[in-house]
Amino acid sequence: MILQLTALPNQIMQPPNVDYIRILPELVLSAFGMLIMVLDPVIDQRRAAKTLGFVALLGALASVAATFLQAGSPGEAFSHMVRVDNFSIFFHIVILAIVVLTILTSFEYMETQRIRAGEYYGLILMGAAGMCLMTSAVELVLIFIALEISSISTYILAGFLRSDPRSSEASLKYFLLGSFATAFFLYGVALMFGATGSTSIAEISTALRTGYVPTLAFVAVAMIFVGLGFKVGAAPFHVWTPDVYEGAPSPVVGLMSTAPKAATFAVLLRIIFEARVPGTFWLVWVAAVLSMTLGNLGALRQSNIKRMLAYSSIAHAGYLLVAFASAPASGVPSAMFYTASYAAMNVGAFAIISHIGNYGERYVSIDDYAGLGRRHPFLAAVLTVFLLSLIGIPATGGFFAKFYVFSAALHANLVGLTILGVINSAIASYYYLRVIVVMYMNEPQGEVVPLTPLPAGVSMVLVLSLLATLYLGIVPGAVLTYAQDSVRNLTHEVGYQLSAISHQR
Amino acid sequence: MTSLHPIILILVTGVPLFGALLLMAFPNRDRDIRWFALIVTLVEFVLSLHLPVYFRAEKAGIFQFEINRAWITSPNIHFHLGVDGISLWLVVLTTFLTPLCVLISWNSIHERVKEFFILLLILETAMIGVFVSLDMFLFYVFWEATLIPMALLIGIYGHERRIYAAVKFFLFTMVASVFMLAAIIWLYAKTGSFDFADIQHAIQMGSIPGFAVAAPWLFLGFFVAFAVKVPLFPLHTWLPDAHVEAPTAGSVLLAGVLLKMGTYGLLRFNVGLFPDQARRNAPWIMVLALIGIIYGALVALVQPNLKKLIAYSSVSHLGFVVLGIFSLTQAGINGAMFVNLAHGVSTGALFMLAGILHERRHTYEISEFGGLATPMPMYASLFLFITLSSVGLPLLNGFIGEFLVLSGAFQARALYGVLAATGVIWSAAYLLWVYQRTFFGVNGNPKNANLHDMYPLEKIAVLPTAFAALIMGVAPILWLKAIDPAVHSILQSHPFGQITARVVGQ
Repeated sequence: MILQLTALPNQIMQPPNVDYIRILPELVLSAFGMLIMVLDPVIDQRRAAKTLGFVALLGALASVAATFLQAGSPGEAFSHMVRVDNFSIFFHIVILAIVVLTILTSFEYMETQRIRAGEYYGLILMGAAGMCLMTSAVELVLIFIALEISSISTYILAGFLRSDPRSSEASLKYFLLGSFATAFFLYGVALMFGATGSTSIAEISTALRTGYVPTLAFVAVAMIFVGLGFKVGAAPFHVWTPDVYEGAPSPVVGLMSTAPKAATFAVLLRIIFEARVPGTFWLVWVAAVLSMTLGNLGALRQSNIKRMLAYSSIAHAGYLLVAFASAPASGVPSAMFYTASYAAMNVGAFAIISHIGNYGERYVSIDDYAGLGRRHPFLAAVLTVFLLSLIGIPATGGFFAKFYVFSAALHANLVGLTILGVINSAIASYYYLRVIVVMYMNEPQGEVVPLTPLPAGVSMVLVLSLLATLYLGIVPGAVLTYAQDSVRNLTHEVGYQLSAISHQR
Repeated sequence: MTSLHPIILILVTGVPLFGALLLMAFPNRDRDIRWFALIVTLVEFVLSLHLPVYFRAEKAGIFQFEINRAWITSPNIHFHLGVDGISLWLVVLTTFLTPLCVLISWNSIHERVKEFFILLLILETAMIGVFVSLDMFLFYVFWEATLIPMALLIGIYGHERRIYAAVKFFLFTMVASVFMLAAIIWLYAKTGSFDFADIQHAIQMGSIPGFAVAAPWLFLGFFVAFAVKVPLFPLHTWLPDAHVEAPTAGSVLLAGVLLKMGTYGLLRFNVGLFPDQARRNAPWIMVLALIGIIYGALVALVQPNLKKLIAYSSVSHLGFVVLGIFSLTQAGINGAMFVNLAHGVSTGALFMLAGILHERRHTYEISEFGGLATPMPMYASLFLFITLSSVGLPLLNGFIGEFLVLSGAFQARALYGVLAATGVIWSAAYLLWVYQRTFFGVNGNPKNANLHDMYPLEKIAVLPTAFAALIMGVAPILWLKAIDPAVHSILQSHPFGQITARVVGQ
């Protein structure tokens, strides 16, 4: 009972040192975040953007190192509030990789947009600390706090193009709806405490499995699901996504369409599969179908590439939710794999968008990409790979992501859901394809988009995310095996291990 | 040379891709690029001849030159390749047509030459991969992989409405093949294997839970994907657009090989994995095939556009193939496989010839031509030769296949045979009529008077197909001796209850 600890002061002991290792990545991120805030006013303004960017990069990389360090000592910390296991490490790596790529993309972006970097990088690191904590927290109140840390940073980041009213609008919308959603989540946590007498995921699991399940628990689950559904942009809680993605700075969109989502999906995985709360199946089913369908149908009509990818992210949240309706043994690893491969392709795509967008993000219409195949073959080829991966063409990460999710669903006999899923991915191919067609087969009309030389940061991002996408698409075995191993910690039960995906002849 | 056996299929599948990778690093000199592409495709052709030379026809029913390596452990995907009598000649057809495509594109592709040949080579690897994959996952990967280079070839190098055609082609095939993917995943989820032989075995043993209920849907899933590719009426509407807009090489490979992937899939997967469903669904599929034969021919008859006419003649001919396969008789399937090859050769040649005319006049409108036999005698005689082979003149390649299909159709149901036979007449009508309008009569248009006859390069590109058409017509046994036992083993391993008399060796 975590909440009772304060009432018993003589039981509070100094946490052992190993506990700090178990939150070391978060500590490192926060420390560097604060360092940036302190450095900002004291260093030379002309070089501030570059310097702070490098500090942030260093912080993120140090945090990656810390994650590897903590991988050596898995276990719980801080009175069972935090747990380091394969599952949390997987998501730490995914989130931190996204953060590194975002920082690299931002170097150029800050310059072309002429934004004072200052707290930008600090906020990214702070947000990352929150997201990382979400994936290792196993106590609902701590999860809520982590969620807030990550959300508040992203609200501000969304409004960072201060000169652009679209950006301010995005920030405000994101903030209002996001606060609304966290309120739902918190309310759900409170009700869950009322229903089970605990906010610890392990104890909720025990309470729900051993005893009578009160109606309150179902209401609590629904509330929590609504709150988290908002955060991942799943239909019917998706309406904020297109506007926010359109207005927010492109590197930030690359970040917030992947990292906070990965963290939120991690929370959802823990709640659905570790706490094994009742009554989620139909919630997930309906949300998955709605997200896939509304996302894809919405994307068909977009002419702004950022809005298109916003709708596409709704659809991808839908595909991911399909995994949540399946059995844990195959559903969890497939969802984990999906978040990783979606991150690789989407961050890469947004890096290109932010490079082409130019000052004030002027060139974000799909037509602006006309003739890119001839004018900049490398950019066009890389974007093509990301788009093919988003479609789910073999030899890209996106293919295996969908493949694992749908085989998990079929293994759980969810034939209807799978059929709807594959039909949706066929529809989706149209709007991704349209961008490829425009790049290779159309010639620019009217104003020709100026192409600046590709800076080192963006090139690195592109090469890294390209390699990741191809790696996940050609030899997905290692990542998937790791994800499967982490299911063991999550579900505790040996009986769960009969996985469809790890099925050996 | 037998030491090549264990790796020959890797070589045959990999050489074009390797060539494409080398080409990416090539300097941008168009002439060198063309020569390099030609050399790669010729080496590839010679390599692929290893397969028929060392193929043991008496064991054509089992897979040969097999290679099986674990690729991804979970899911359990193997790099499993092999050929049997069904796929053997389709591989050779692919490697035979690709160098000709390089030659016919030699002077007609001026822009983005490097990209063109890279796409062509990637396409070749993907097409061969489709025919030799024995792992269903690998098959799907190659199947989808053919899509992108082909769509780009049409969309970048095609004629006016190329983008519309490319997108339509891509979407039709993509949408249809996700149903196949769903079926493949279902089979995998229930058996834990993608291996064709394992799954076939599991189905025959009846050891898959829930198979009886799912089988009709699985059959349909595969069927839709292949029927769009074939294309079977009424899913054929993408084909005329794609053909008319595609560059010549694209049309040749589209008609010559890509459509065959559909019929190959129907035989390998729909008939091979779901024999009961195949028998149950055969009647309506044969009706669709018949509609395709007659409808395709009738529409071809009234086409004002030469390339569209050839495209619709493909719909008609491929109807024969589907009819033959779903007659589920030895003769019918033998014939279907033979029509596959014959159509690949002669329609490929027709598209090349149409392309040559387009080079000179930049139009495919038949009404623009007339009396071409006078300025272009060589061209006219080659065109006649190929036309006759496509019409099904005995001793040329079209005849034997259609004859076998018709006899299979008669065994299945006499009415089908009678209706299909009218298709032969129709094809003679539209092809000979178009020949007459193009080459004979008065040369009304002064532009046609001084057209240059075939250039040496064009002769080199078209003549091999004419030779192949002749040899296939005179000595079909060379091909059927591999096809026949393979078909026999497909039919024998399932209780089709049909006449399975061997055509060869009696």
